Amino acid sequence: MTATIPETPARRSDAPKMNWKRMWLVARTDLKQLLQAKDYWVPMVALGALFFLVVPAILLLTITKIGNVEIVSQISNTLKVLPQAAQDQMRGTTPEGRTSFALAVFLFAPVAVVVPLTISTAVGAATIVGERERGTGEFLAHSPASVREIYLGKLLASLIPGYVTTIVGFGLYSLLVNIIAGPDVGGWFFPTAQWWVLMFWVIPPFLAFTLSIVLRLSAKVKSTAAAQQASGLVSLPLIMVAYGQSSGSLFGAANSGWITGAVAWVIAGISLTRGVRSVTRARLLGVADEV
Amino acid sequence: MNQPGPQPQAQTPPQPRLQTPPQPIVKLSGVGHRFGSVQALDDLTFEVPAQQITVLLGPNGAGKTTAIRAITGALSPKYGQIEVFGADPRTHGDLVRPRCGVVSAKPALYDRLSGYDNLLYSAQLYEVPHSQLRDRIVSAAGRFGITDALDHQVGGYSTGMKTRLALARSVLHDPDLLLFDEPTSGLDPESSQAVLDLIREMTTDGKTVVMCTHLLAEAEGLADHIVVMEAGSALVTGSPDELTRRYWPAALVILDAEAPDQLDRVAQWPGVVGYDRSDVARVQLDGFGRVPDLIVGLARDGVRLTRVDPRVPTLEDIYFAVRRESAGDGLTPILYDNPARNAEPRVGVHS
Repeated sequence: MTATIPETPARRSDAPKMNWKRMWLVARTDLKQLLQAKDYWVPMVALGALFFLVVPAILLLTITKIGNVEIVSQISNTLKVLPQAAQDQMRGTTPEGRTSFALAVFLFAPVAVVVPLTISTAVGAATIVGERERGTGEFLAHSPASVREIYLGKLLASLIPGYVTTIVGFGLYSLLVNIIAGPDVGGWFFPTAQWWVLMFWVIPPFLAFTLSIVLRLSAKVKSTAAAQQASGLVSLPLIMVAYGQSSGSLFGAANSGWITGAVAWVIAGISLTRGVRSVTRARLLGVADEV
Repeated sequence: MNQPGPQPQAQTPPQPRLQTPPQPIVKLSGVGHRFGSVQALDDLTFEVPAQQITVLLGPNGAGKTTAIRAITGALSPKYGQIEVFGADPRTHGDLVRPRCGVVSAKPALYDRLSGYDNLLYSAQLYEVPHSQLRDRIVSAAGRFGITDALDHQVGGYSTGMKTRLALARSVLHDPDLLLFDEPTSGLDPESSQAVLDLIREMTTDGKTVVMCTHLLAEAEGLADHIVVMEAGSALVTGSPDELTRRYWPAALVILDAEAPDQLDRVAQWPGVVGYDRSDVARVQLDGFGRVPDLIVGLARDGVRLTRVDPRVPTLEDIYFAVRRESAGDGLTPILYDNPARNAEPRVGVHS
C-alpha cells in the first residue's frame, strides 16, 4: 500500500486556452485516414447513392412515365392525409406532378436524411476506441493536445463526412428530381424553402447531438465492435427522432424549421459540453481511470 | 620463507563517471497509482539526472510504463509528488508534454498514413514552425535511415522501420526529455543494436533519456543511471558504478589449477577477503589490482593454473543481487555464480 499522504494537485487558474489550429489538425488527420480507407467509404457511397439517386430515380420515373392514370390518382388521393400546411406547399397541375412533388419533398428526401446520420455515427463510433486499439491513443495521450482539442477534433472529423454527404447528396438529389419531375411540377421545385432551413439549420445540430452521444460511447467501450453495437442501440432512436423532427418541420408552419433547429442547437451545445468530460488521457491509453 | 603472495596495497575504488551529479530534471517522490485493485505504482521514488540515460529496469508489470506515463502527465497518479522541468505534469501538462518525446512499446503509428504524414502530424501537433517542417522531417528521417520509405504507407513497414519512424517522430520537435518504453521490443538483435546506438547518440546532443527495459543486456553499457523496479516501487537507484560498489563490493576471480588443492594457500594472502573452493576456487580480492600479484605468486609457488577468470560484475549480476536482497536473501552475491550468466547473451527477467 502507498504509505504517503494523498495529495491532490492544486487546480490551475491559468489553464491553457483552446488551440483551434490543433483541433483542426486532429480532425484533418482523421479525415485523411478516412479517405485512405476504401473499405469504409465505398459502402457508404453506395448507401448514399441508393437513397439519394437510385430509389428516387426509379420511383419518379415510374410515376411520371407509367401512364396508368388510376394508380397515380390513388397515390395522389392518399396525399390528402398530409397536414394542410404541407398540402398548401404542393405544386403541380396534373396528378403526376402533384404526386412527384409530394414524393420528392415529403418522402424520399426525409428518408435520405438518415444517410448522413448513419455515416457520421459509423465514423464517430470508431474514432476514439480506434485510437486505443491501434495504440495511437498513447501517442495522443503524451502529446501537447488537450483532451478538449482531441474531443472536438474527433467530433469534427465525424461530423464532416455526414454533412458533406448531406450537401453533396441533396445537391445530386435536387438535380435528379428537378430533371425527372420538374416538367410535370412546373419547373425547378427542389429544394423548397423549408429544405434550405433543414439542411443548414436543423440537420447540423442533430448530427452534433447524435455524435456527442456516440463519442462518449467510443471513449468508454473496450473495442470498435462494442462501440458500433452500442452506438447502433443508442443512436438509432436518436436518428429516428432526428428524422421525425426534421421531416415534421417540413409539414408545420413556416417557422417550425427554425424553432426545431434552435432547440436542437441548444440541446446539442449542452450535450457537447458535457461530452468533453468523457475523453480522458487514461481512456486514450486504454487503462482504467485512476482510483 | 618469504611471503609469496601479493604485497598489501591501497584499495582504489572505482570512480563515478561524473564528478558533479547533474541536476535532476525528473523527480518522483512517493508516487502511488492504482488500476482498480492493482497497485501499479507503490511509493515510487527516483530522480532522472539531466543529459544522461536513465534505465528503468524490471520485470513485466513492474510499473515502468506507468512511470513513463506519469512523467508526461498522460496518467495522473493521486499520490505523491511529481516534478518534471520544475512543474507538476498532472496540473501543468501543457508545460511538460511539449518538451518530451515519447516512443511507446507499441510504435503507435497511423498505418493508413505515409511515413511523411505521420511525422508531419506529430511536428504540427508539437508546433514545429511551419517554415522548418520539411527540413526537420527530412533530417529526422535521414538520421534514422527511413528517408526512402517516407512516401510509403506505414502499414507496409517492417517492425524495425516502424520503430525507426517512431524514434524519428520523437525527436522532431527537439525535446529535452526522451522517454523510450522498450524501444527494441520485437526487433531482431541487429536492429536492436542499431536502435540502442541511436539512443546513445542522442545524449551526445544534450538530451536526457529515460528508457524502460526488462532486458538486462540492453541496459548494459547504455545506462548512466539505473532504477531497478519491482511491483511499482524502485528497489534501488544509482549509477552502474554506485550499484557495483554497493552490491558487488569485492573483486571476484575464478581460479582453477591442475592440482586445485594447491590454490587453497591464497586464502591467507594479503588482499584476499574471501575464499571458497568447490569445483573451482572463487577468490574475493579487495581490488582487481591484486590479480597480477596473485597470478605471479601462484606461479612462483609452482601452481599450474588452468583458469584465471576475473569476474567484472555485469548489470545482470547486480540486478540479481538487488533482487536477492529484495527477497530477503541478504547481500551474498560474491560466492555464488549466477547460473543464468552464461546461458544466453540476452536474458529477460520476466517474473
